[in-house]
This record gives sequence, structure tokens and C-alpha cells, in this order.
Amino acid sequence: MRKYFLFFIVPSLLALLITSCRKDVEVFVNEDISLESPSDDGFFGFYLLNEGNMGSNKSTLDYFNYATGTFQRNIYAITNPTVPKELGDVGNDLAIYGSRLYAVINASNKVEVMEAKTARRIGQIEIPNCRYIKFHNGFAYITSYAGPIKINPNYTQKGYVAKVDTVTLTIVDQCIVGFQPDELEISNGKIYVANSGGYMGAGNTENYERTVSVIDLASFKEEKRIDVAYNLHHIKADQRGNLWVTSRGDYKQLPSRLYFIDKDQQKVTDTLPLAVSNFFLDGDSLYTYSTEWSYVTYSNIITYGIVNTLTREIVSRSFITDGTDKEIEIPYGILVHPVTKDIYVTDAGNYVSPGMLYCFNKNGKKKWSVRTGDIPAHFALIPY
Amino acid sequence: MDISLALKTLWTTFLVFISIGLYAQDPVRTDTSGIKTLPGVTVVTTGYKEVIPSQKLSGNTLKSLNSFSVADAIRYFAGVQVKDYGGIGGLKTVDMRSMGTNHMGVFYDGIQLGNAQNGQIDLGKFSMDNLESISIYNGQKSEIFQPARDYGSSGTIYLRSRKPVFDSLKTSNIKGVFKTGSFDLINPSLLFEQRITENTSYSISSEVVRSSGRYPFRYKRVFPDSKEVAWDTTAIRDNGDINAVRIESGLYGNIKGGFWSAKAYFYDSERGIPGAIVNNVWKHAQRQWDKNFFVQGSFQKNLLPAYDIQINAKYANDYMRYLNPDTTLMYINNKFYQQEWYGSVANKYSLSKKIDFNLSTDFQYNTLSSNMAGFMVPKRLTSLVALAGAADLGKIKMQASVLGTFVNERVSTGSVSTNDAFEYIAPPKSEVTPAFFFSYKPFSKADFNIRAFYKNIFRMPTFNDLYYSDVGNINLEPEYTHQYNVGFSYQKNRTGSVWSEWKIQSDFYFNQVTNKIVAVPKGSGMYRWMMMNIGNVEIKGMDIVTDHVFAFSSDLLLNLRLAYTYQQAQDFTKRRNPELQKVTYGGQIPYIPWHSGSIISSIQYRSLRFNYSFIYVGERYHNSANIPENYEQPWYTSDVSVSKEIQLKKFRFKISGELNNVFSQDYEVVMNYPMPKRNYKIILSVEL
Repeated sequence: MRKYFLFFIVPSLLALLITSCRKDVEVFVNEDISLESPSDDGFFGFYLLNEGNMGSNKSTLDYFNYATGTFQRNIYAITNPTVPKELGDVGNDLAIYGSRLYAVINASNKVEVMEAKTARRIGQIEIPNCRYIKFHNGFAYITSYAGPIKINPNYTQKGYVAKVDTVTLTIVDQCIVGFQPDELEISNGKIYVANSGGYMGAGNTENYERTVSVIDLASFKEEKRIDVAYNLHHIKADQRGNLWVTSRGDYKQLPSRLYFIDKDQQKVTDTLPLAVSNFFLDGDSLYTYSTEWSYVTYSNIITYGIVNTLTREIVSRSFITDGTDKEIEIPYGILVHPVTKDIYVTDAGNYVSPGMLYCFNKNGKKKWSVRTGDIPAHFALIPY
Repeated sequence: MDISLALKTLWTTFLVFISIGLYAQDPVRTDTSGIKTLPGVTVVTTGYKEVIPSQKLSGNTLKSLNSFSVADAIRYFAGVQVKDYGGIGGLKTVDMRSMGTNHMGVFYDGIQLGNAQNGQIDLGKFSMDNLESISIYNGQKSEIFQPARDYGSSGTIYLRSRKPVFDSLKTSNIKGVFKTGSFDLINPSLLFEQRITENTSYSISSEVVRSSGRYPFRYKRVFPDSKEVAWDTTAIRDNGDINAVRIESGLYGNIKGGFWSAKAYFYDSERGIPGAIVNNVWKHAQRQWDKNFFVQGSFQKNLLPAYDIQINAKYANDYMRYLNPDTTLMYINNKFYQQEWYGSVANKYSLSKKIDFNLSTDFQYNTLSSNMAGFMVPKRLTSLVALAGAADLGKIKMQASVLGTFVNERVSTGSVSTNDAFEYIAPPKSEVTPAFFFSYKPFSKADFNIRAFYKNIFRMPTFNDLYYSDVGNINLEPEYTHQYNVGFSYQKNRTGSVWSEWKIQSDFYFNQVTNKIVAVPKGSGMYRWMMMNIGNVEIKGMDIVTDHVFAFSSDLLLNLRLAYTYQQAQDFTKRRNPELQKVTYGGQIPYIPWHSGSIISSIQYRSLRFNYSFIYVGERYHNSANIPENYEQPWYTSDVSVSKEIQLKKFRFKISGELNNVFSQDYEVVMNYPMPKRNYKIILSVEL
């Protein structure tokens, strides 16, 4: 009778055999992709931070090398093969300060600190729901949505700016600002923080924040608010120290807009009739793009433009001149090379699969394009 | 209410059928000429034999699986993929032939389980404790005498709970089961069945599930060339706890030429939502509460020689609360309330012994409300009419049906008055969709059958698709499927030989999903989405299922069941960006493996039983961009169990031990949702 057990044991053994065949997962390796001839225009290269859709843990770092003209995807994983679960979930900002590269990883509740030239990990700063980063005098200033909680009677939670010692990577101070603060800028001894109120306004537009918090750098205390518009997002200072602020609008009637804050009057003195999702400042040129949903056509309306920050006029409605703009599904990141004036624009596609990076020359003609990680978004140039 | 003329007509037919049902004992009321001309037809109320049989797991085979929930058992069917987020409390949804989970109809004791909010049925919530059989049908159950709603899905799963059966001497059954094991599981259940009269019986079944949901999981990476460990982390899965109670009770009756049943079901649970494991985040705090209640009744009777009626009705009330108390994220405390009213009348007329017709009319009314700010409160009236005909011509059997679906919606909001709300209402929809089934038995002696079917059906956009704040799109159209299937089955009994019985069935199919509802990015930033009908998917597949029985001696029996599925499910969604289209167009859709299969085997030696089951899911990608970054490893698990029955006077004891994922494979079904390593369960049961 024992021989009949073979009928049973055979599949079991088969299963065991297959089980032993399963390979361990390898650290991800990628090859260099050659895109252009080597150049030498003041920068080693740039990093591109891919956000990755929330929960996917697919925030990755791509790298473009000017010395070789090559592009490499996902360099964090192979440079830091011993870090469990790689770079993290939802990269939200990227910056270089001194010899270090800082990546704000929103859903991983941390700022990853790396060597600027190699992307080798140095350490991390733990900040829950962190958003954007700026630097001044050896300190990093990072916005976070996750400030103190109040229940009186409704649940509310203001955001804050964390002050971090870049030598020790420890938080030395915090300054409470408005609800859901996004980008910040440091100019003329002040920190300007764009408050969004993004968690508050979903049901009722009036619950969005509409102010820029002004923090005195020396005392690290919020000294006032500048009223701008509902649901602020980006803020950057131009060459003269004046501030350019974007509002997202309420996604319904209220459109996105670009606002100008005069540094001396400390108030909004100009509004540009231009929807702006994101922008890049190069000298007096403010390169912008916008994606807004139209309930008329049930599609995204995508626009591009250049604003002169001195005259505060829209000087161009398109900086992509060869028709490539019609192919881009969701423009999501922008960089202009300070020397060559090459324009880099990313396409986030459908958010759940890879995006594209486009390089255009200063005349708006496509030089090359390359596949990136998921939701390519934030750039950081590496200076010599 | 402004109900259209079509709806009024439907109501009228519905009421007419009910009145026929009530007064049909009186032969004068048989005003349908077709019936009058057919005297002397003998009617078989046992139902028309299906043109294409189901895949079915029942009885001992079902018991031999170490399945805790229905979702665990369904993995063994060919053509089915289960998305499992891990653990006892984790979400488990089913996808048949890659058409998407919203295209599945799940029926509990004959009536569909609804979820108008998101169209998903979490099969992890349905316990195996009180289940007698699970059947799945591609297309639809090819038996015409059924409610119109049974015609309305691309694939259907029928869950059948235990019905009281008494041997001649007994008038009551009592069964107690206690399960315990890994994940700090405590799961007692109690069943009581009573014969009330000769033709009526009663049952009540209840169950408590408690588990911490904690289990170790491991992630590991090696260097590509040296294969040395790059990193290797083991952690404990947290916030996967569950605390649930289920009570269900039924009344069953037999009447002359028919039967009836009534049932009440209540499920109450609180669970943690374990969430994705990502860098620097190893535990989550989100929680979910569910209360599901329904009552339903069925009545079926042969009223006239050629006429049978079946009436079904249901009321369901579902509550769900989602809490995100995580102070690093947006605070959310949302409550959702759903109600469903459902009624159905099916009428079967037998034109001759060989030809039957069925006309079914169903009405269904769904509502959804919530405490969310600015929430639209949608109400949906769905009317369904199905007309079907079946012919059994000996060697050839066929069946054709056509389903009319008429959907009307209303919306009310706290802030918007009814007139203004009009622009927020999805326009009414009416769809007429056909299905055709055919089988042919070419040889009179050999049990060999060739079968084929075509079905065109759709799924309605869910309330979330249409109305969810910001994401919803009232202009959504239904999402269609077209299924083409050919297959065969062959069965041979070899009484007397060791290999005493074998059966093979195989199907080849081509499915199209058009107008697929997909979330597309809307505007920029903050992950804003809009639901759009832009997707297109094509699926080419093959299923094979074989069953074998080996009888080594009168008291040693081996059962073996093997299933294999091949699926090529390609995303043919057009992209605006031609370079991105190159990356995703034609790619295998997320989480669908090309190859998958299962083995179920059991050896019965007197009162001792040994089971072994195996599941294989081949390589997949978590995105239509089939690039190395999106690759998901194959996984396969082996489960074993041993059980022994002991009879002690009036008591029948059964003790079993289960060992799951025997080789302790570290795997994920869904990216970043690690599954349990090796785990065990001990089950004690006593029957009286």
C-alpha cells in the first residue's frame, strides 16, 4: 500500500522543487543611457526626484551627468544597497546645500540627507508629513503639515517650520504657522511660508488658508501674515528679493493664479492672469506651466508661459516651440539651465506608471527625451 | 417622482406577475395562450440543467482547504485572481478572467450582495464556517429560471450556506467549533438546527472572530552578482487586528411543488487597516468599522403544469466608518450608510419538454449617505427585465437571454436645493445586453461535451465613481465587457480500477473590456483624480481543471484536483504621449500573472484525512508598464492539514491541525502588503 502514497508525495516534492527555485530579489541596477555629447557649463549634472504614487514606496532618484551626457535611473537603490525599502514613499522636494543633497520624502516622514556628488546616504531627519526645504546659515528650514493638534470642538492641526542644524541633523527649533504650509522662501532676513489649508478647504473654499506667514529669521517667530489668495502653494524670491506666489484655487470656480508680493510694502501689489501649477526662476525670466481641469471639455487644459519679473508681464505663451507640448500629458517639473538656457520639463503621465523627462534648447526645440521613474517632479543642479 | 413611461410599464408587469403568483391557483387566470395550448406537460421543478456547468467546491473538497475566508477558497478556482492585502482582517477582492472586481456578482444564498458605493465585495469578510458550497460561473449561471440580476454580471460567484438536513431519527443538530492558532486567533462558532414540522426547519449560526493580526514578515534584497545579502529585515505586521461577530438565521420550508426560505444576516466588525509598508513607516493607525445587516426571502412554486414562479426579496443596511487618527496625516472620520431594497419575480413557462422560457423582472433601490462635508446623497432605482429561452434537444442544448437594465438616479445634498441638484445627477441609462450559451454532446456513450458562450454585459459606474467629492464624474458611461468562450469537458468513470474517476474541463476565451473606468490625473499636484471612461483591455486566456479519484482500497481514497490558468491581459488604453504609450500600450495589466495554478489533494483513510493544497501565481507586473522596476515575483504556497474524526456515543468529534505556507515563503500579492510566513491553526469541532 505504501507505493500509493507516491501519488501524493510526487506533487509535494514538485512543490518543494519549485519553492527552492525561487530567486532572491536583487537590488535594482540600471544602465547609463547616452543622451547628448559631454558638456562643461558649470554643473556636474542634476538629480531628478520622482515622487512615486502614495503607498507605492517608489520615490526614486534619477541622475543626469553633463560630463558624459548620460542619464541613469534609480541611482539611490544601487548607491545605497543596504538601506531597507530604498528611498521611500512620495518625494516632495529636492535641494543641494553645500556638499549635501536633501530629499524631502513626504509619506516616509523624513528628509533623506546624502552626499551631493554621489547620492550616498549620510542620514535622515525625521519630520512627519514634511513638504519643502530651504537653507540659511547652516540651518535647514522644513515645512510640515503635522503640527500640534487641537480639538475645540473640531479637529484642527496647524503646520510648522522646523529648524534643523545641518551638521548634527537635529531639529533645534519649531515655529507654528498656518494650516498645511507648503513651499517656503528665505529672503532679506525673513522666512516666507505659503500656507495652503489643503486639508481644510475640500468641502468649503473659505476654509482654505489664504496667507503667507512671515517669520523673522533671527528670532524664529512668526511676526505677521500677508493676505494673498486661497490655497497657496509655491513661493520664490526673484533677483530683487520680491516674492512670487502661486495659488491653486479651489479647483472649482476659483482658478489658479500667480501673485507678486513687493518686498518693501510686504503685500500683494500685482496679480497675473495666469494659472500656474509650478514655475522656475532664471534671472528675470519666470518659466511657468499649468494644468487645470476643465469641466467643459472634461480634460486638462495645459498652458506654458514666461513672465518677465521686472516688467511683470507675460512675455511668452509657449516656450516649447516644436509641438512637443501637445504630447505632454501632465507637465510636472521644470528646470532651466542657468548657462545654456536648456529647458527641462517632465511629464508625469498617468501618475501610476513611468514619466518622461524632456530637454529643449533655449529656442524650445526638443533635444532629447528619456523615460524616468514614476511622477518625475523635482530637480537639483550640482554646481562645481 | 418623475418615473419615465418605461418604468411605469415595468412596474405594471411586475405587479401583474405578483398577482398571477397570488391567484394562479385559479386556472381561469391563465390568460397566456401559450400555456392553454399545452395540456398534460409534466413539469420538473428541480430546475433546468445548466448548459455550461460551474466550477464548484463543496463538501469534503471545500473542507480540505485550509481556508479561513471565502477569498482563501476562491483562489483555487481556474481563471480567478484574488487581491489579498494580507492577514485575517485584510481586504480580499476577486477578479475573474481579468475583467476587474467590479464585474463580479457575488450571491449569498441566491441573492446578490450589493455595494453601490464602490462595487467591491470584500470576500475576506465571509467566513467558511457556515458555507456548504462555492460555485463560480463565467458569464452567468446558464440556467434560465433565475432573477434578472443573475443575468447582470460578467462572472458570478454563488455562496451557499448550510441548510438543515436531518436523518430520520433526529429533529435537531448542534455543532460547535473552536479554532485557534497563529495571529492570536480565537474563533468559536455555534450552529443549531431544528426541525419544526415535517416540512419546515430552522437554523441559527453564530461566530466570533478575534485576532491580533500580528505576524512576522521579511523583506530581503541581494546583490546582483555576488548574491550576498544587501539588506534583510524582519518586522511584525501591526494594526491588522480584527474583532468580528456574525449571526445568521434561516427558516426553510418545503411546499407542494416548491419551497421557500427566509434568512437574516448580521455582521459587526472592527478592524485595523494594516496599510502599505514603505520606507520609515512600518505601522499604521487607520481603522474601519462595518455593520452589515440583511433580510431576504425566496419562494418558488410550480403553479400550473407548465408554469413556475420564483419570488425573491431583500433589504440590506450597511454601515461603514473609516477613521484615520494618524496625527501626521489628514484626520478623517467618515461614516457611510447604505441601504438596498430589492424585489424580483421570475416566471418560467415550459413550451414543451424541450423548450422553456423565462421572464424575470427585478427592482432595486439603493441609497448612500455620509457625514462627509459636501457629500452628495445619491439614490438609484434600477429596473431589470430578463427574457430567456432554453432548448434541450438531446445532443444540443442552448440558451439565449436578453437583459434590459434601466437606471434612474436622484441626488440630494445638504447645501444644494433639489432643483439646483439636477445638474449633479447622472443621466438615466438604459442598456439592453444579450448572452448566448451552447453545448453539444457529439457521442452518445462518451461523456464528452463541447460548449461555447458569448456574453455582452456592463457594470454601472459606482456611486463613488459618479459622485465622490472632486473625483466623481456624473457623465460616466457603463463599462462594458464582451466575452467569447469555447471549451469542452470530458468525464470517465472506471469503476473497479484504482484510478476510478477522472474529469477534465478546459476553456479558451477572449474578453474585451471597453469604456473601462480609470482614474486619471486632474489638474496638477495633491494627487487629484477624475474618473474617466478611457480604458481598453483585451484578455486571451485558457483554463484547465482536472479532477481525479483514486480508490486504492475500500477505505483508502485519494482525491486530486489540478487547475491551471493562462492569461494574457493587455492594456490597450490610448495615451496622449506617444512615448508613454510605447511604455504601457499592450502591457500586461497590473497583478495579472500569465501563469497560475493550484493543486488540491486529500487522502482519506477511514476516519483519518490528510490534505495538501498548493497555489502558484506566476510573475506579474504591478503596472501596465512591464519594465523591470515594476516586476513582481511569482509566489507559491503549500498548505497541509490532518484531521481525525472520533465518534463517542452521540457525539461526533473532529480534530484538525493546519499548517499554512509550509515553506514559509516571504511573498506579496499586492506591492508593499507582506503576507504571513508559516502559520498554523487548530480546529476542534463537536456535533450532536
